[in-house]
Amino acid sequence: MRPIAFSRTAAAVCVLLAAAALSVLAQPAQNASPAQQAIGKRGGTLTVALRSEPKTLNPALATDQSSQDVIYCMNADLIHINRLSQRTEPDLAESWTVSRDGKAYTLHLRRGLRFSDGQPFTADDVVFSFRVYLDDKVGSPQRDLLIIGGKPLSVQKIDSYTVRFVLSQPYAAAERLFDGFPILPRHLLERAYRSGDFSKSWTVSSAPSQLAGMGPFRLAEYVPGQRIVLDRNPYYWKRDGAGQQLPYLDKLVFLFVPSEDAQVIRFLSGDTDVLSRFSSENYSVLKAQAAVKRFHLDDLGPSLEYNFLFFNLNDLRGKNLPQIAEKQSWFRDLPFRQAVSQAIDRTAIVRLVYQGRAAALAAQVTPGNKLWLDPAIQPPVQSIDRARQLLKSAGFSWRSDGSLVDSRGKSVEFSILTSSSNAQRTKIATLIQSDLSALGMNVHVVSLDFGAMVDRLLNSFDYEAAIMGLADGDADPNTEMNVWLSSGGMHIWHLNETGPANPWESDLDHLMNQQLVTLDYAKRRRLYDQVQQIVARQLPIICLASPDVLVGAKDRVGNFSPAILEPYVLWNVDRIYGH
Amino acid sequence: MNRRYTFWGVVILLAAFHLVILSAGFFSPYSYSEQHRDLPYAPPSRIHFIDSQGHFHVRPFVYGWKYDAHSPGSYVADLATPYPVHVFAFGSAYKIAGLIPSRIHLFGVDPPGSIFLMGTDGYGRDQFTRFLYGGQISLAAGLIAAALSLALGLVVGSIAGFYGGWLDNALMRGGDVFMALPWLYLLFAVRAALPLHVPQGQIFLLIVAVIGLIGWARPARLIRGVVLSAKERNFVLAARGFGASDFHLLRRHILPRTYNIVLTQMTLLIPQYILAEVTLSFLGLGIGQPLPSWGSLLSALQEYYVLASYWWMYLPAILLVPVFLAYSQIANALQELFSPVAL
Repeated sequence: MRPIAFSRTAAAVCVLLAAAALSVLAQPAQNASPAQQAIGKRGGTLTVALRSEPKTLNPALATDQSSQDVIYCMNADLIHINRLSQRTEPDLAESWTVSRDGKAYTLHLRRGLRFSDGQPFTADDVVFSFRVYLDDKVGSPQRDLLIIGGKPLSVQKIDSYTVRFVLSQPYAAAERLFDGFPILPRHLLERAYRSGDFSKSWTVSSAPSQLAGMGPFRLAEYVPGQRIVLDRNPYYWKRDGAGQQLPYLDKLVFLFVPSEDAQVIRFLSGDTDVLSRFSSENYSVLKAQAAVKRFHLDDLGPSLEYNFLFFNLNDLRGKNLPQIAEKQSWFRDLPFRQAVSQAIDRTAIVRLVYQGRAAALAAQVTPGNKLWLDPAIQPPVQSIDRARQLLKSAGFSWRSDGSLVDSRGKSVEFSILTSSSNAQRTKIATLIQSDLSALGMNVHVVSLDFGAMVDRLLNSFDYEAAIMGLADGDADPNTEMNVWLSSGGMHIWHLNETGPANPWESDLDHLMNQQLVTLDYAKRRRLYDQVQQIVARQLPIICLASPDVLVGAKDRVGNFSPAILEPYVLWNVDRIYGH
Repeated sequence: MNRRYTFWGVVILLAAFHLVILSAGFFSPYSYSEQHRDLPYAPPSRIHFIDSQGHFHVRPFVYGWKYDAHSPGSYVADLATPYPVHVFAFGSAYKIAGLIPSRIHLFGVDPPGSIFLMGTDGYGRDQFTRFLYGGQISLAAGLIAAALSLALGLVVGSIAGFYGGWLDNALMRGGDVFMALPWLYLLFAVRAALPLHVPQGQIFLLIVAVIGLIGWARPARLIRGVVLSAKERNFVLAARGFGASDFHLLRRHILPRTYNIVLTQMTLLIPQYILAEVTLSFLGLGIGQPLPSWGSLLSALQEYYVLASYWWMYLPAILLVPVFLAYSQIANALQELFSPVAL
């Protein structure tokens, strides 16, 4: 689970998805992706824009999106999640078996593979990689995923091509975990790791000869402030249906283009070949020129990102914020939160903020996540009357000028915090401000720069309400553990909880922990449906809308097959070609 | 002779413009925060006299806008339902100049019709109304802040230039420090020290103070240069010889020579300061939603899709060009009026 643009958590947190949980045993050892892709032709260059320069090329240290995008193209993992089918498929491990108790995973590695510098790939590299990821001193952002039931998983080499992973407790669809852990070459990194210099290895300015990965591309050139160029990995093991070695492309160029508008303009002018992560407004502008400029745009439907409003329910004792503490008596009042949710016009948010390219939400699971959405929960329809009844039942009343007062006669006034760099969320806040004024609430929209906002949300708790968004790296509920567990690091409305503050929070704890160790998909799904029902009923966060994933590509880009999982357009970069 | 007429013409036009801004509530058909959620980014309403059957109407009318089903996001006029434009229409409550409550608007149409002289923004809010209301804040903030930084600049610059020596050095190096300060980070710190929600009145004073205080160093330098050259002039030396005091010399002979600089700086600073408010808003120090300001109307143009798709969003910018031209006209005329007889 990854807060949008919270770079520190942007770990490649890819865990599971439903159907995979059904087939716990070895899967067919062939790389047939469900969207069978065309046979392409070799050669050519693909140019992509990155929002910022990658901070590192080290898979165990990357936290920002740009680094992860580049690293994705240079590395490979043991078991991979096909972004389109959202199912796992064998990658460096050609098959795997699970013990009867669900705790031991035995992976059989492909033989005869080589890193991009020509050195052979063996079980030693796998063992070394996981030792690095698990090492506290390395501080890898993915490390938490390997701590299951409070204990790190253990890795044993059985022989040169067999590795066994042992978990301390059963873990639903654990094979999806492997997607976030690219295999590192022991021969290049072990010395740095032993001497404690690991954090300094594989920076963007490292010489290309010092880097090697199992992915389709390898580092060719880095020009500070301008671009990073990758070229074909001559040792890449995958082949297409015609037996031709992949990747098709000779070169992959990442240009550093700092703003969304600049990226849109570079795409329009033909400087870049594909485009993703842009707003629906820009989608409309681009659409008008698609035919003339020979590119096409795709609306992939709702993403996994959910945007929500939430109130500050943190424990403010010892914080010296008396005014906010006083207002918490409203925020803790369920009918108050229900009234706010009921008064919000979600369809207006979808229409005005996202030009209709979004979906209204009832709870945290978006319609894009088809395997886990509980269709029984419908997004609330705006009803000012119903909201007023709820407020009245909770002891609120109205002055003659229409303003709302609580039972002690205090005017209901609070501010909604947003990030000024996110125009969409500021717009949502302005719409909500107007909706709530119909209830007589005096709401202020306060937009701060991103750093200041995060500091207030996570550290000082000096805010009343806020709007933010979270996005999952994978569609599986396991990525949501840190949000819904009362001890979770992204339990955003009430951080650092010593124990569940309400009965329904202890229900959430129970359900989330239960689904984690349940291996049967149908049973897990029933548990997660209950989680969604509690969220929709108790409104710890008031879910609003999920924007669509929008992507674009030049018509000449072959095998362009975007997915709603990151990286939206480059996930099949080894099969993309130019024609 | 001719010039004098132009001058007074400009003054009257500007005065009328300011009067309209001051009584924005009366001249605008809606409230600045009213959202017409069915009409985001609606183009300006066209005022008609002749209907679709070719009949002439004395009372002008507008057609409602309908979503164009063929190209999403654009509108077509709904010819079936004309809405006559009423003069002195009854509408949302407002206060003239912040004092006299009223509900009478100069013009308006009956709902569900709508009249948007300058189109609507992304929330379906009337841009014309927001332009008028925005002027109240922006003009006041721009004028006061410019006056503040020029007054500071004038005092510091003339003292530095007139007395020279260590005082000059101290003041000018102080100005250098001021110019070199990383203001962005200082503003971050200011914002962090303030409470989450600052009432609009205080925010306004804060904007004026911040913008005014940041900007004094540059005019102070220019003024110092003028004072430096003026104080060596023969007539100044002569007056000093007759025993004129420092204050008299400054007031009577030297400061009048800086009016040119002050006036040109003023015309440069006001538009600059109106835009500076946008930067402050980004840091959470500016005018918050839903209150409009010219800065926020102009900043909408920084988004590529607005620039590329909605021409009427340029209108506030286009309208401001003659306003600022008029300011510089007046500055020119005043300059001629005040400049001492050429020597």
